[in-house]
Amino acid sequence: METATNVEATPKNSTRKPIKISEAIVEIVSDSGEGAQKCGQSLGAISAKMGNGVWTVEIIPAEIQPPARSRAGASGIRVRIGSKKVTNMGDHAQLVVAFNEQVLFGRVTQRAYKPGTVLIIENKWANDPTEKIRNEYHEALTHFKEIGADVIEIPMEEECLKVVRDARKGKNMWVLGMLSFIYSRDKEKAENQIHRIFKKKGDKVILPNVELFRAGYQWAQANLDLHFEIPAMETDEEMVVMNGNEAISFGVMAAGIDVCSMYPITPATSASHHLAEAIHSVGGIVHQAEDEIAAIGFAIGSSYSGKTAVTITSGPGIALKTEFIGLAVMAEVPLVIVDVQRGGPSTGLPTKVEQGDLLAVLYGDPGDAPKVILAPSSIEECFHFVILARKLAESFRTPVFVLSDANLATGVSPFPRPKINEEWFALPIDQSPWKEGVRSYDWSDDTGLSQRPIPGMKDGMYTLTGLAHDEESHVAYDPAINQRSAEHRSRKIAALQQSLKVPKVNGDEEGDLLLIGWGSTKGAIEEAVEKARAAGYNVSNLHLHFLSPLEPGIKEIMQKFKKVVAVEINYSDVVGRPLITEENRRHSQLAFYLRAVTLIDIDSYSNVFGQPMSPMRIFRMIERTFKLYNKQKEENS
Amino acid sequence: MIGIKADLTELELPEVYYSIGDYGSSTARWCPGCGAHAILASVQKLCREEQLPPEKTVFVSGIGCSSRFPHYMKTYGFHGLHGRALPVAEGVKFRRPDLDVFVITGDGDCCSIGAGHWIHAIRYNVNMVVLLFDNEIYGLTKKQTSPTSPVGTHSNTHPEGSFLPPINPIQSTLGFTNVSFVAQTADWHPAHLYSTIKKAHEHQGLSFVRILQRCPIWMKDGFTSCASEPKSLTLLDHSNGIELDDQVRKSFEQVIEHNPSDIDKAREFVELEDGSLPIGLFYQNEDAVRYDKYGAHNLNMPVNQRLDGLNEQLDKYAI
Repeated sequence: METATNVEATPKNSTRKPIKISEAIVEIVSDSGEGAQKCGQSLGAISAKMGNGVWTVEIIPAEIQPPARSRAGASGIRVRIGSKKVTNMGDHAQLVVAFNEQVLFGRVTQRAYKPGTVLIIENKWANDPTEKIRNEYHEALTHFKEIGADVIEIPMEEECLKVVRDARKGKNMWVLGMLSFIYSRDKEKAENQIHRIFKKKGDKVILPNVELFRAGYQWAQANLDLHFEIPAMETDEEMVVMNGNEAISFGVMAAGIDVCSMYPITPATSASHHLAEAIHSVGGIVHQAEDEIAAIGFAIGSSYSGKTAVTITSGPGIALKTEFIGLAVMAEVPLVIVDVQRGGPSTGLPTKVEQGDLLAVLYGDPGDAPKVILAPSSIEECFHFVILARKLAESFRTPVFVLSDANLATGVSPFPRPKINEEWFALPIDQSPWKEGVRSYDWSDDTGLSQRPIPGMKDGMYTLTGLAHDEESHVAYDPAINQRSAEHRSRKIAALQQSLKVPKVNGDEEGDLLLIGWGSTKGAIEEAVEKARAAGYNVSNLHLHFLSPLEPGIKEIMQKFKKVVAVEINYSDVVGRPLITEENRRHSQLAFYLRAVTLIDIDSYSNVFGQPMSPMRIFRMIERTFKLYNKQKEENS
Repeated sequence: MIGIKADLTELELPEVYYSIGDYGSSTARWCPGCGAHAILASVQKLCREEQLPPEKTVFVSGIGCSSRFPHYMKTYGFHGLHGRALPVAEGVKFRRPDLDVFVITGDGDCCSIGAGHWIHAIRYNVNMVVLLFDNEIYGLTKKQTSPTSPVGTHSNTHPEGSFLPPINPIQSTLGFTNVSFVAQTADWHPAHLYSTIKKAHEHQGLSFVRILQRCPIWMKDGFTSCASEPKSLTLLDHSNGIELDDQVRKSFEQVIEHNPSDIDKAREFVELEDGSLPIGLFYQNEDAVRYDKYGAHNLNMPVNQRLDGLNEQLDKYAI
């Protein structure tokens, strides 16, 4: 794939032609409250409207308002724009706009940049009245040049002050203008976007911002050697753009789920924020419970009385909800549980991504508690999987998990506008009389499934219990009943498994290396695999959307490859590190699970840096794997 | 009543009449002499007197001796987790205002493991009846100190006698924000017990009723001994309080006149100087904010309206 790395400056003249590139990764970083995120979101929206693939992700400091000009306090946004669909945040940024130089340090530590990255930096700090700041500025710039960055100092503040009195409120739109010239964004679409974002504030805010945009655009045209074009695919398809949490919120509403019962937890809460704002328009309500346990208890109560509810949380919340999850499994209560995973264990990395809850959700309950677990792999799937989850929860009379993560939650990307189908909505509560002779847990021996009486149904009265119970929900004093009921609950999961299709392999269906992943890493894995295949490596990948039950045929697929590696964002030991051997090595979660299920010697490639998997890291792992494999082959022959 | 109606065709006669037997399920498995038997009888009597449709009535409980209660009712029931009856019951009622919800909880369930939910349930003030079966001991797990056990209670966790002062659930509840109904009664006084539960059921909001309950197995010296001592109870009486026949009222040796709209006085009567147990209505306020009214907003929105609403929301994200 052609990229814009090692930017070659073009000669400055107004009629010069932009260089065609297939994608750009841009970052805008500032102190909190300077509007970098609004600037990046607008750049993303304009690009999406032009038909480009887009992925934006916010760079969020751990605190709400960290001190200005602090190294760990970077607030900002990354925007990846491509000619084709963009499914992840990519690797190193190619161009960065910084409102001050200090906030760049944090990003350098996070390896967001590499030699050749263009750093466009506000130059007003060079002449700051405080000597300390002037020195910091010069030291930082020297450092950035030493590590190979291509530093360009520009007078953002000075130029903005020509248009407005307070540059702090408006620099972001000037930068949007500058970037719009650099990447040849459609000026009309850009100005429409400005009208749109400031619509509520009226002309007295819109007009100066449009002026700032134009000033930034013209300044870049006159002063910068950077000028690119990212060709787009024009499409007539209606698109929407949102993050994964908003997509979950829309999924909840489109599923006809009336009740969202939640307790605030990062990074899940913004899904409930959106619901709190929007769900009234579809006749639902958000309940903010007193704690995580009450949140799921309330949801279970609602589900029990006929309104299947959703509870949205993250890892620590799942830990607290565990006892209720067991009850929902035991008493067969339909329920949708969204887990937007973050770094763990304990409080861990609240704002950062990890796929660390798989085994906790699968096996975290005491006793045997089989449940359905889905993992969306894109923002669009966040929407559709909640709809699917409610249907499965009701059809299979069981809790259903949707495992999203902080990467999907904060990533913003366009996708085709869903055509809302009223068949997605939950039906009104069934209040017809209960059929005579049918018991409250009349398990089918073939499927384990049974019909559920709902309060209000005449003659359906039963007492739901978390105690072992028989078909009539009576407390089981005969141990055979416990064995029988456990078998039936497990059989439901098998019944669902039988209805699933064999998943499709991306790439050849047999070969040397198969990468296997789940959840938000799909885009990055596929991008790395495609790059590796283009480089001649015989590698394919398989992405799982059902974690419980597993889709059929997975073992047969893996058997057609010489080596299988699970790629995921959670912890695994690396053989060769102190004390770590093949025998005592602890595997990543999906690898552990699939090794147990398939008896195949699956390797783990995983880490807990709290960052989304980057295509480059995966690509390098593929390279290393083949190098080792070829070396072993040589040694053997 | 029928005599004053000239035209009988205007009378709404119920199609079915529920008898006590219609509310009874399997035989209760509590110990002989346990106060819970009397409470079950009172609740079943209420169901019959009010002709509550069994399919519209839900008993939600936690875990403990008392929480087996729903299994002995032939209504809908939810025997859930230890301490967690209240959030479940709130969820049951939130989008189902047509259901009549009762919560059955014990002193360990409500005042210890579920104490957080208790505070918030009082504040939510969802329209339901909460019956706290307070026998001052953990029974099902075999005699551990409960948060309401009197100082000096010899239990398996405090064999030398408990030393922390007990929580008085009435005192606590009267301190929680948005409280709307607080009453105390005793399992061994069937007339007062029944009238209290009836009053609680009539109240619009969360009715919190602490029932002093005998446990003849583990707490022989507690309420079990009070039951045979008429002077152990003092009646809080008022025309707006618990309705009692004059004969029953006269049977009390100690009576205090208490207006249930007066929360300050209510707090004074939580513990009486003579050491007797006050029973009656401590506090009632039907104007307290009700969360279930908020919950019932926009119930059963028509499909077309939902479709339009959702598409309007999606428009905001269209590009």
